[in-house]
Amino acid sequence: MIAAVCLDSKCPKPITYKEKLVSKTKELNLPSKIDSVDEAAIAADKFAREAGLGDEFIFAVDLAIRESVANAVKHGNKFDETKKVEVELSDSENGFEIRVRDHGPGFAPDEIPDPTNPENLLKTNGRGILFMRSFMDEVEWSNHSGGGMVVRMLKKH
Amino acid sequence: MADINISERQAGDVTILDLDGKVTIGEGSVALRNAIRRLLGEGKNKILLNLGGVGYIDSSGIGELVSSFTAVNKEGGTLKLLNLTQKIQDLLAITKLLTVFDVYDSEADALASFS
Repeated sequence: MIAAVCLDSKCPKPITYKEKLVSKTKELNLPSKIDSVDEAAIAADKFAREAGLGDEFIFAVDLAIRESVANAVKHGNKFDETKKVEVELSDSENGFEIRVRDHGPGFAPDEIPDPTNPENLLKTNGRGILFMRSFMDEVEWSNHSGGGMVVRMLKKH
Repeated sequence: MADINISERQAGDVTILDLDGKVTIGEGSVALRNAIRRLLGEGKNKILLNLGGVGYIDSSGIGELVSSFTAVNKEGGTLKLLNLTQKIQDLLAITKLLTVFDVYDSEADALASFS
């Protein structure tokens, strides 16, 4: 790395590779209640607009964050307001990434019934993961080392 | 401001609910559920949901549409959908629910289909 010559103590810090790659991030720590879904969606909308993303892109991000936070509140933390839903948004050269962590016991995503199977069409729930997978380019779940599950979703620019 | 406003009109024996706002988890879905329950309680079981003013719906809202559909069917009635926005049409296509719901672009055609 070539260090810039700067004799003034007020010189700006050089931009590191990591800062350049992940240009912007935002973190939210939300209580496990339904209002948190709106709160996360409003924050993501603002963050995505400031990143210069368009309406179609933002619609997808909005839907994905609403579904994932709703899942974390309902199924992960089971409305226990002492458990937080942690949301991390980042926009980089790779795309727009959303990470949502709950503090629940976890689940096996592949065992969720396919809501488009004829026998499931009239079920009243179970479509959130389908929407997340339909509107984002990458969706994956993992166990967090500190407990709970994390869903990571990426939408490429 | 409420997530959704639901107003009611009557066209013969068909009740039209004009929805304006968001049908999402929480208030929007609950408002739709309550409106449908109230109509069924009043014996009104031919229902046309006008979704032209619904700018946003999530999986919970879609679930509420399905729940409304089955509740009305159980009472021997019919629930149909009118004026889907492109976004809602896309979501119903992804979930294969366009094969379940009777959907119309024209109110006159929708009303005629009830008779």
